Amino acid sequence: MFAFIIRRLLQSLIVMLAVAFISFSLFNFVGDPVNNMVGQEATAEQREALRVQLGLNDPFPIQFARFIGNAVQGDFGVSYRLSRPVSDVIATRLPATLELVFVAAVLALVIGLPLGVYTGLHRHGFGSKVLLTLSLIGISLPTFLIGIMLILIFAVWLGWLPSFGRGDTVQIGWWSTNFLTVAGWKSIIMPAVTLCLFQLTLIMRLVRAEMMEVLRTDYIKFARARGLSNRAVHFGHALKNTMVPVITITGLQIGSLIAFAIITETVFQWPGMGLLFLQAIQFADIPVMAAYLCLVAFIFVVINLMVDLLYYAVDPRLRVERSGGGH
Amino acid sequence: MRKLFGAAILAGVVALGGAADAKTLRYATTGDILGLDPHINNEGPTNTMKSNIYEGLVHRAWDLSLHPALATEWEQVNPTTWRFKLRQGVKFHDGSAFTADDVLFSYERIKQPQSEMSFAVNTIKEIKKISDHEIEIVTGGPDPILLLNMPNFFIMDKEWSEKNNTTTVERGSTAKTYANLNTNGTGAFKLVSWVPDTKLEVVPYAEWWGKPAHNLTKAVFTPISNDATRVAALLSGEIDVMYPVPLQDVQRINNSSNAKVLQGPELRTIFLGFDQWRDELLDMPGTGKNPFKDKRVRQAFYQAVDMEAIKRVVMRGASANTGLMIAPGINGFDKALNDRYPYDPEAAKKLLAEAGYPNGFPVTLDCPNDRYVNDEAICLAVVPMIKRIGVDIKLNAQTKSLHFDKIGAKQGNNTSFYMLGWTPGSYDALNMLENIITMDGAGQGTWNSGKYKNARVEELTDLIRVETNQEKRNAMISEAMKIHKEDFGHLPLHQQALAWGVANTVAEVKQRPQNDVDLHYVMMK
Repeated sequence: MFAFIIRRLLQSLIVMLAVAFISFSLFNFVGDPVNNMVGQEATAEQREALRVQLGLNDPFPIQFARFIGNAVQGDFGVSYRLSRPVSDVIATRLPATLELVFVAAVLALVIGLPLGVYTGLHRHGFGSKVLLTLSLIGISLPTFLIGIMLILIFAVWLGWLPSFGRGDTVQIGWWSTNFLTVAGWKSIIMPAVTLCLFQLTLIMRLVRAEMMEVLRTDYIKFARARGLSNRAVHFGHALKNTMVPVITITGLQIGSLIAFAIITETVFQWPGMGLLFLQAIQFADIPVMAAYLCLVAFIFVVINLMVDLLYYAVDPRLRVERSGGGH
Repeated sequence: MRKLFGAAILAGVVALGGAADAKTLRYATTGDILGLDPHINNEGPTNTMKSNIYEGLVHRAWDLSLHPALATEWEQVNPTTWRFKLRQGVKFHDGSAFTADDVLFSYERIKQPQSEMSFAVNTIKEIKKISDHEIEIVTGGPDPILLLNMPNFFIMDKEWSEKNNTTTVERGSTAKTYANLNTNGTGAFKLVSWVPDTKLEVVPYAEWWGKPAHNLTKAVFTPISNDATRVAALLSGEIDVMYPVPLQDVQRINNSSNAKVLQGPELRTIFLGFDQWRDELLDMPGTGKNPFKDKRVRQAFYQAVDMEAIKRVVMRGASANTGLMIAPGINGFDKALNDRYPYDPEAAKKLLAEAGYPNGFPVTLDCPNDRYVNDEAICLAVVPMIKRIGVDIKLNAQTKSLHFDKIGAKQGNNTSFYMLGWTPGSYDALNMLENIITMDGAGQGTWNSGKYKNARVEELTDLIRVETNQEKRNAMISEAMKIHKEDFGHLPLHQQALAWGVANTVAEVKQRPQNDVDLHYVMMK
């Protein structure tokens, strides 16, 4: 088990290095940040001096080595746009994104799982057909459109929810949270719903398919033959066995939730990392882009690791195979 | 824990109650300011926010007129020396007194090489202290536009800067961030808090020396980058003023019951430029020809572009077509020169044939797609118009950082035909002449990407720089602009219109041509 974790960590390190390398080489195509940093009246000499000072004229390998060297020490440089350390900037944005993703993930699970079970059990029912049709809409409408539609209905027409921002946040140490104020909760509803819709329908459809698969197997028939209650069969036996793929997908989807958050955050002006990243691209703010991509890669790697570990907890077969290790 | 939760809810409710105050202005635009250090960045919205908090010796009002601020009066002692009397009894926001030492300190700070605001003082040779409330500014040569630059010379507190170790202007990896995040000005507004990309709050400074022309008790600035969200926030009453309004939403906002669109002219002139220096056009390798060196070809392009159609269709009426490179309101603007040459594709074809290109030639139009109002759409309209006179024109539209790299010095002006927009930062025609229309002289022609050059215009620019008689100076500006116009040195298109969405909660907001809200001039209902 321990060796397994170490091995995975080493693999992750290689993944991170590869991500850093690829993202860094892409930065050659985003344009020169200097023109965004200086005003129109700046002379060619002023521009050149700034370029030299930022190290933009150095060859690619040197720039990359410098970036890795600093990043290993936790120093991602200073944002070109905001003139403050990238690690500070990201630390102020991380809570917004994580809280949004957390609420979205909980919503997706809490709504998606029961709906999946329901449609799996009553697959020919009218309710199931309606739900499946609706889920098709959820899966095919772009996030952007859903967000704008929600704003139009709940902010402009009904005036119930705010159309942008985080509302009032409460500061607990360096973490700013939405969860302690009414305005904060009101602000998070629409972005979280927008963000979770795709995941929700995905989980629902996945659970449905798995349930239908499992219900056909022999041990379910056997369980019924034993005279177990429907409830015990459906939830004690069937649902439990559908969990492995659901956990994998949900876990991996948390990574994509963070990635998808870019669009949701832009629509709702949610001050998280996604919005920060998009603004960094427009400004060619290389230090922020590099740090963001590395962080997202890191999150994906950690989530994958956690999903692997969760398998152990859920599926006893894996434990049996590995505990006999050493052969 | 429950107690804490209750207290937090209470705090939230109190905060909500405060936000409902009718004298709070909540306004939004596409992006956040770059920083609060008065001497680091030179960018329109950033400068405007700085001018709410900091002041110069001279104040530029919403209509561009100049008024005494930290200086009460001034006189020109001789052609290169100005004497300024400083206002007495002015206090910085932290309570320390404003004196001549602060001016001298700020001068040393703003002229550092990393400061982008140094353009405001680059004709100044020396600032001398006469007494605590009197200074003398000595310029290198006669400077007719010294006063025009003074509003950009923000005064900082010497003691505060020294105490907080922020006396140098630094950027990049060594950036000192104290003055960029904290402020201590003499201005009419005091900073309460700034969370980058989220919210900036200011309140009026109770001890300000002036008489407020606003009735605000608080102002909250929020960047909202998405156009649709910004419109929604205005319509739902969450913000009071927002800009820019996307042109397609003007009608919708005007039809709503709680907001109106305020439109007016901007100072930026959008134009196209021609490569007039390469011996061979980029798209014509091996021919040894550059058609744009021929004035007739430039005129043909000019007359092939139907600006009325672009105004009607692309800009939906929200633009003012221009024959000049500077807008009304800029010092040196001459109405007599502002008429465009007529749109005449037949004449254009004839001119091309006369110049020896009856079958046209290949060329690429470089265009930004996220910088000016409908920039790419304008270029998309220009392309078929130029095609109609037989020129094989292609469009290369891309994001602004790549576009400005390509047409700028970074890639050696790697363009044959390009779009650019320019607002003279000093509100004087000289700035346009130096940056766009001439080449010779240190720091000149930075954005003259096609390297248009005319000996007489160069000569006139040098004279305009030092001529202190306004009448003679304006006559020379008109002469230079006329030569440039008749040379078809560039192809001026239009000034885009400002479009602000203003909610009914606002009694009056002065729309400055710089396209920013100046809090000094906002009246709430």
